[in-house]
Amino acid sequence: MSTFSQYLAIKKSNARYGWEKAKRMKTCYLFVAPFAILFFAFVILPMLTSICFSFTYYNILEPPKFIGLSNYISLLLQDEIFLTAVKNTFVIAVITGPIGYMLSFVFAWFINELPRWLRTIAVVVFYAPSIAGNAYNIFGIIFRGDAYGYLNAILTDWGFIDAPILWLTNPDYILPVCIIVILWMSMGTGFLSFVAGLQGIDKSLYEAGYVDGIRNRWQELYFITLPSMKPMLMFGAVMAITQSFGVCDVTMALAGFPSTDYAARTVVTHLFDYGYSRFEMGYASAIATLLFIVMILCNKLIQSALRKVGT
Amino acid sequence: MSNTASVKTRPDKALLKKQKHEDRANKVTNIAHRRKPNRSRGGDFGVYLLLLLVAMAMAFPLVFAISSALKPLDELFRFPPTLFPQHPTLSNFSDLFVTMGQSWVPFSRYFINTALMTLVGTAGHVIIASMAAFVLAKYDFPGGKTFFNIVVTTLMFTGYVTGIPNYIIMSKMGIVDTYWAIILPAFAAPIGLFLTKQFMEGIPTSLIEAAKIDGAGEFRIYWSIVMPNVKPAWLTVIIFSVQSLWNSKASTVIYSEAKKTLVYALQQIQQGGVARTGQAAAVTVIVMMVPIAIFIASQSQILETMASSGLKD
Repeated sequence: MSTFSQYLAIKKSNARYGWEKAKRMKTCYLFVAPFAILFFAFVILPMLTSICFSFTYYNILEPPKFIGLSNYISLLLQDEIFLTAVKNTFVIAVITGPIGYMLSFVFAWFINELPRWLRTIAVVVFYAPSIAGNAYNIFGIIFRGDAYGYLNAILTDWGFIDAPILWLTNPDYILPVCIIVILWMSMGTGFLSFVAGLQGIDKSLYEAGYVDGIRNRWQELYFITLPSMKPMLMFGAVMAITQSFGVCDVTMALAGFPSTDYAARTVVTHLFDYGYSRFEMGYASAIATLLFIVMILCNKLIQSALRKVGT
Repeated sequence: MSNTASVKTRPDKALLKKQKHEDRANKVTNIAHRRKPNRSRGGDFGVYLLLLLVAMAMAFPLVFAISSALKPLDELFRFPPTLFPQHPTLSNFSDLFVTMGQSWVPFSRYFINTALMTLVGTAGHVIIASMAAFVLAKYDFPGGKTFFNIVVTTLMFTGYVTGIPNYIIMSKMGIVDTYWAIILPAFAAPIGLFLTKQFMEGIPTSLIEAAKIDGAGEFRIYWSIVMPNVKPAWLTVIIFSVQSLWNSKASTVIYSEAKKTLVYALQQIQQGGVARTGQAAAVTVIVMMVPIAIFIASQSQILETMASSGLKD
C-alpha cells in the first residue's frame, strides 16, 4: 500500500514536472511558430509541390495529370537544349564555384594582414560588386560587340585585332565572358564570413605555432588558420555552391534570353523558359527537382571533404 | 628629513634612467620584431602588390559605371572610348528625372512601393526570425534541432528552384499582385534566422537564468535581455534584408504597373534602347549606390555578426 502511494506520488510529481516542461516548451513553440508557418508555406511547401508536380503534366489551366517519370525521361533523353544547359551550368559551376570560393578565402586572408583602415577599404572594394544590384550590366558596355565597346576599342588600339569581336553574340566567347563577370561578383556573403572569421582567430595560437616551429605563412595557413576557420569554410562552401548552380541573372542580362545557339543557357534559364514562357509547370518542376538534388549532393560531398582539412 | 629623502631618491632616479634606457632598447627591438613572425618582407610586398592590382580590377567596372553616368551623350559614343569624362555633367540624371516624370504612373509611387515593402518586410523578418532564433539557440526542445537543420539545408538551394510552385501557392492564397507576395516570403528568409541563431549562441546562458530568477517571462527575456545584446546580429539581418528587398524586381508575382518596385521601373527605362544609354548608366549608379552606402555605414557591425556565421558539423 505504501509503495503504491509512493508510486502515485512519484507519478504525480513526474506529471507535474512534465506539465511544467511542456508549458515551457509551449512558449518555445509559440516563439518558433510565426517563422515556421511562413517558412513552411514559402519554402518547404513549394519544394514538396515541386517534387509532386514533376511527375505530372500541368499547364496551370487544366488540373495536373499524372504521367509518371516521362518528364524526367524526356528531359534526360530527348531534350538536347537541356543537355546544353546542363553542360553550361556545369562548366560555370566547376569554374566559378571552386575558384570564386578559393579567391574569396585567399583575398580575405591577405586583407586580414592589412592595417585596420586599409582593411576596411579593401573589404568594401572586394564586396561591393556582389551587392551592386545590376551593376553587371556595365559589362554589356565593356564587352559591347561594336567598335564602341571598351575592350574592342583597346584591343584595336593596341593592334591585337582588326575587326571588333562580337563578345556577347559569338557562342565561342559568351561563356568565358559570363564566367569572368560571375567571378567578379563572387566575393559575397562567404567572403564576409571569412574576413570576420580570420579576425576572430585566437592570436595566441599563432604565437604557440611560432614556438612550435612553424616557419612561414603557408605552414601557418595549413596548420593553424584553416583548421580554426572550418565552420566559416563550411558556410562559405554552402553559399558558393548555391550561387554557382543558380546562375541565370548574369547570363540572361549579358547574352540575352535566349542566347545565340543557347551558348549561355543554364539550367535555371531553361527552367524559366518552360515555367514562365511555355507554362509547362510539370516539366519545369522536374528541372527544379533535379537541380535541387544535385545541389544537396554537392553540398554533402564538399562538407565531407572539408572535414578532412588540417587533420 | 628632506635630505634623507633626496638621498633615497637618487638611486631610484638612476634606476629609472637605466630602465628608460632598457625600455628604449626594447622598443627598438620591438620595432624590428613588430613584423609578425612567419612573414617575409618579399612575401608581404608581393601580397600588397597583388591586392592592389586585384582591387583595381574589382573597382574598375564600378568606377566605369559612375564615369559613364557622368558623361554627356556624345562622349558615351566617342571612339576610342575614354575612361573618364572630359566634361562631366549631371544631365543624364536630370534626363532620367524628366523621363520619370513622363511615366504613366507617378514615379514617386514606385518609390513608395519599394520603401513600403522594404520597411514592412525587413521589420517583420527581423522580429519573426529573431524570436525563432532565440528559442532555437537557448532552449533545448523536441524538434528544435531538426527544424534548424532543415533551415540550414534550405540555405543550400536558390530561390529560383521554388519560384514556380511558389507562384502557384501564392495564387491559391490570393496574394499574387499584392505587396504581400514580396513581403511574406521575405519574412521567412532562412539566412536571417541562421545568422541570428549563430550569434545568440554566444550569449551566456547564466544571463538568461538570472533574468528568469528575477521573474522575467520568456518574452521579457527575449525583448529586453537578448535583443539589446545581439544588436550586431539584427543590424546585419536588417541590412541583408534591405539589400535583397531593394534589389527585388519581383517581376513574376507583381504585374500591375502601380505596384511595381523602383528597381523594376528603373530597369524598364534602362531597356529603352540606345537613346537612353546615358539614362541607363544613371540608373545603374542609383541602383548600386544604395546597398553599397548602407554596407559602408554598417560594415563593422556586419563583420562582428559574420564572425559567428560558421556551420558546425
